[in-house]
This record gives sequence, structure tokens and C-alpha cells, in this order.
Amino acid sequence: MTATKVSSKNPKKKVEWAEDPKIGFAEAIYLPAIAAGLATALKHVFFKKRLTAQYPEVEPEIPPNYRGVHRLNRDEEGRVKCVACYMCQTACPAKCIEIIAAPAPLDDPKWANRDKYPATFTIDELRCIYCGMCEEACPVDAIELTSLYDLTGLSREELIFDKEKLLSVFDETSATGKDPVRTLRGKLGPASEQSTTASNSPPPPGGGRHG
Amino acid sequence: MSWTELWTEYFPLLWPTLVAIAFILACVPVVGLYATFVERKIAAAVQDRLGPNRVGPFGLFQAVADGIKIFLKEQIIPSHVHWFFYMLAPCISLMTAMFALCFMPFGPVPTEYKAGFRMIVMPGLDSALLLMFAVSSLSVYGIILGGWASNNKYSIYGAIRSCAQFISYEIPLGMSVLGVIVVAGSMNIETIVDSQQSIDGISNWNIWWQPLALIIFFTSALAETNRLPFDLAECEQELVGGFHTEYGGIKFVLFFLAEYTHVVTISFMTILLFFGGWHFPGLSGPVDASWQAIVIRLIVLLTKVGAVVVLIMLLRWALPRFRFDQLMGLTWKGLIPLAMLNLIAVAVVSTVHLPKWTMAIVSLVLLIGAGQWSASQLQARLRRSNVLKAI
Repeated sequence: MTATKVSSKNPKKKVEWAEDPKIGFAEAIYLPAIAAGLATALKHVFFKKRLTAQYPEVEPEIPPNYRGVHRLNRDEEGRVKCVACYMCQTACPAKCIEIIAAPAPLDDPKWANRDKYPATFTIDELRCIYCGMCEEACPVDAIELTSLYDLTGLSREELIFDKEKLLSVFDETSATGKDPVRTLRGKLGPASEQSTTASNSPPPPGGGRHG
Repeated sequence: MSWTELWTEYFPLLWPTLVAIAFILACVPVVGLYATFVERKIAAAVQDRLGPNRVGPFGLFQAVADGIKIFLKEQIIPSHVHWFFYMLAPCISLMTAMFALCFMPFGPVPTEYKAGFRMIVMPGLDSALLLMFAVSSLSVYGIILGGWASNNKYSIYGAIRSCAQFISYEIPLGMSVLGVIVVAGSMNIETIVDSQQSIDGISNWNIWWQPLALIIFFTSALAETNRLPFDLAECEQELVGGFHTEYGGIKFVLFFLAEYTHVVTISFMTILLFFGGWHFPGLSGPVDASWQAIVIRLIVLLTKVGAVVVLIMLLRWALPRFRFDQLMGLTWKGLIPLAMLNLIAVAVVSTVHLPKWTMAIVSLVLLIGAGQWSASQLQARLRRSNVLKAI
């Protein structure tokens, strides 16, 4: 309880006095307060919902924009979407991404419209801080953080994910409908489109994730 | 007298005691472990959680798992402790706690002597209550020794607090029980329970005649168990773990078995002294007329005791911990004068043979008077401090 009083020394200054609560008979014999405390405890025992999450049996509902295990997206042709531009590796504050780029195989017609692709793409999941800067940096939306949260392993080596593993995360999450909300699956982003006309042509509308 | 004669003469007296002792020895660890389980479940329920539910159905084997884990723990004795007293302290704690149980009927016991098994270790003991309080108050030695032998400032703080608390709360505890003893005319617990018998089974319980004594008794007994809101000896926020900071494994568990044994003891005492023991509406006739009568009364008694145990565990979550000066003020300024006045009132009513209901009225008048007086004192103090503030 507070009461505003005027200080005798400086009448202009308002002073807030904290006043003790009134103490009457009920407070002096403690018993009503004890009964009230017990009533509160019993109210929780009988009328409140249990909040415990029964984790292994009942999985929690993870928000779709959760930042969990990474995945490497595939394009419509099943190729890795990544163009090995090193943007994510450069942006990564934890330095957990390691990419080795290679020119796209020229003799393979599947890769005809691509210049570069990642020969290896490894992410140390133990080093990662799940900040999401890699997926922000990625110009082609190739790397994304999924809502998979229960990442465990028996060794450190097991949790260094290579390209195949990261692609399998994509297969798993897209098959089970756990795509992140940020995803632009299927279509390649603007930076990966080979310019068919003039080099200064604008990117296709709606193609970029910020567009 | 030959050995055979001695045997045939004394064995009928000996075996019921041995069986009762064995029963209590077997029950204490089990009850202690399951009391921990129940406490955890209640704590969880109050805090909107589920509590232990992984081991066995509803987590019922959690107590067993805890027991196995504790017994298999490495025995660590810190290098800076006084070895002998360090080891002795938990033993004293548990020993005194269990010793107090042997004066307590754990089932319906008839007042008149009969050969054979009875659900008490020492039946028909005329100084049972006195001995019981004498022995259970010895348990403070376990705490003081444990705190001192640990050679740790937090432990000794806890032990000293506990010591002061025990000494203070012994007084109202004893005096509140004296009122019951005066009315029953005996310190024999079976006789006190028997004196609460009536035709309807409920109207003669001591709670109706001496509610104030019950409040004082229960408060002081709760303080004796060192549990919240009186657990200053081990308050985690200030004293790490209090007197048991340096204890681990089985030694730690002995302290906690002692605590839970105390809880069970005071629950039994509350029921036996104030709530009519095994008496209940609808139950009449001699206690041990048939085995059904015994079983029903046993269930009645244990249900009542269980309710008090649950109440004590709920109180832990209902009340904040006392500050030490409040704790001491409560007993020296509140409970002791009240207990004394209550005892005088009961003695006067019993001596001049006033009807029993006057006792209840006096009891309530004392409670209300104390509340009013205390409120007026507190208000006067507030006025004084407000006057000071206004200047």
C-alpha cells in the first residue's frame, strides 16, 4: 500500500510512503492465512491442469519457425540446390560450415544449367549455435533450419553432418510435411538462375525470398 | 526354575514385543521411502506437475529405485569432519525417532491386559507420553552432533538454530499435551484414546473440548519435525543444506528417515490425543471383539493418520518459512503463554467439575482474546512507527 503525502521540509516534493498493511484479529492469529494458503495449494491439486510434458510419449508442438537441425534443399530435379557460393560459410559466426566447391559435371546433362556445386558440404552440429544466419545468407535458399529438435548422437563424429546426411534431412522433413515456414522449396532462387538474356535483367519477380 | 520353565513362562510375554519391534523395524524404512514418494507427488500436484511417474505404474517403484540408488552410493567421509560424531549423529537421529515409535499404538489396542500380540511395542505403559516426549526430544542431539562434527560453518549454524528451536518448542508441546492428560487422568496413551470414546463415536474427541491445545500441539510438533515452515535448520537458501551439508548417501538418508519417522509419529500423536484414535462414528463395542473389528479400526486409524501426514505435506507448500525472530516470537510470546493459560483453564474446569463444554468455550475465548490482544499490540506498534514517519 502506498500513500502520497507532502513532505514537511519540501512541500513541493511528493513523497511515496509505503504503509504497512492493516493488522487485525484475523492476521494476528495466523489461522485464516494458513487456511487461505492451504486453499491455494488444494486449488492447484484439484483444479489446475497439469503442465508436465510427457516428452518421449507425447512430442511437443514445435513452432514451424523453430531453428533446429539443418537441411540442404533439393531442387525440382533432385539436385542439391546449393551453388557453393560460400555465403553461409562466411556468415556463420560459429564457423561450423565447411564447403568444398567443384565445377558442375559438364558431361552430365542433369547438371547442364549449373556452374558450380558443392563437392562436400559438412556442418558440425555440435559447434553450430543455430542462429539461422546461414539460411539468411543463402542466395538460393539451399540451406535451412528445420524444426527437428531432438538431435542426439553417441560420438562427436556422428554429429558432423555431411552433404548426404543433410540432404536426407531434407528428404525426411519434406516427406513428413515438416518444412520450415521460410522455405521456398522447388524453385531455385534468383542468384542461381542462369541469365538467358541481358546480364542486367532484373531477377524474376517473386523468385527471391525477400522479394 | 529351569530354563524350560523360564521359557514357557516368559516367552508368551516376549514374543508379542519381538513381533511388534520387528514390524516397526521393517516398516520405518518402507514408510520413510514411500513418504518421500508421496511428498514428491504432493509437491508436484501443488505445483501443477505430475511428479515421479516413470518407474513402475504411477511411479510407484520410484521409492524402491531411490532406495537402491542410495544404498549403492559411495560412502564419502570428508577429511575435515570429526569421524566418530559424524558417524554417530545420523544414528542418534534415527534411533531416537524410532524409539519414540515404541510407545505409540500403531493399531487398535485395548486398555485391559490380555496375553498375545498387541499393536504396540510397550502396551499398558503408564508413563508412555512422558517417555515418548523425552525420547523424541533427544533427536536434537543427532542434529547438533551432525552440525558440529561436520566442521562447517553452515552446518553449525543450522544445528544451533535447530537447538534453540527444539528447546523453545518443547515447552508448548509438553504443556498443550498436559491439558489432555489432565482430562484423561492418565499418561497411558491407550487410556487417553479410550477416554475419547462415546456412544456416537465422535462427540468426545479432544479436539471439540480443547481446540486451542490442538493448535498449539500441532504447531509445536511441526516445529519439532524440522519441516517447513519451521525448517530453519536446513533452509537451503541461507545454509546450503544446514546440518546435513556434509552428509551424503546412506548417512543423509538416515537423517531423512528420522524426519519422516517424526512426521509419522506426530501424525499418530495428533490422531491419538485429539481425534479419538481408532474411534469413529458407527464403531462401538470392545476394540478386539473380532478380527473384523480390529481391521476396521486399524483402517480408521491409519486413514486418519494418513490425512494428517498429507496435511503436513500440504502445509509445506501453503506457508512461507518463518524468519528466525518470528519463529522464536511465535513460541515465546504466543504459544507458551497460551499453552500455560490453557493448562490453567483445563485444570480449573477439571478440578471444580464444571461441565465439559466450558472447556471448549474457555479454549476459544483464550484464542480470540490472544488474537485481539496481539492485533491491538501490533496496531499500536504500527501507529508509533507511523508517528515517527510523519515527523
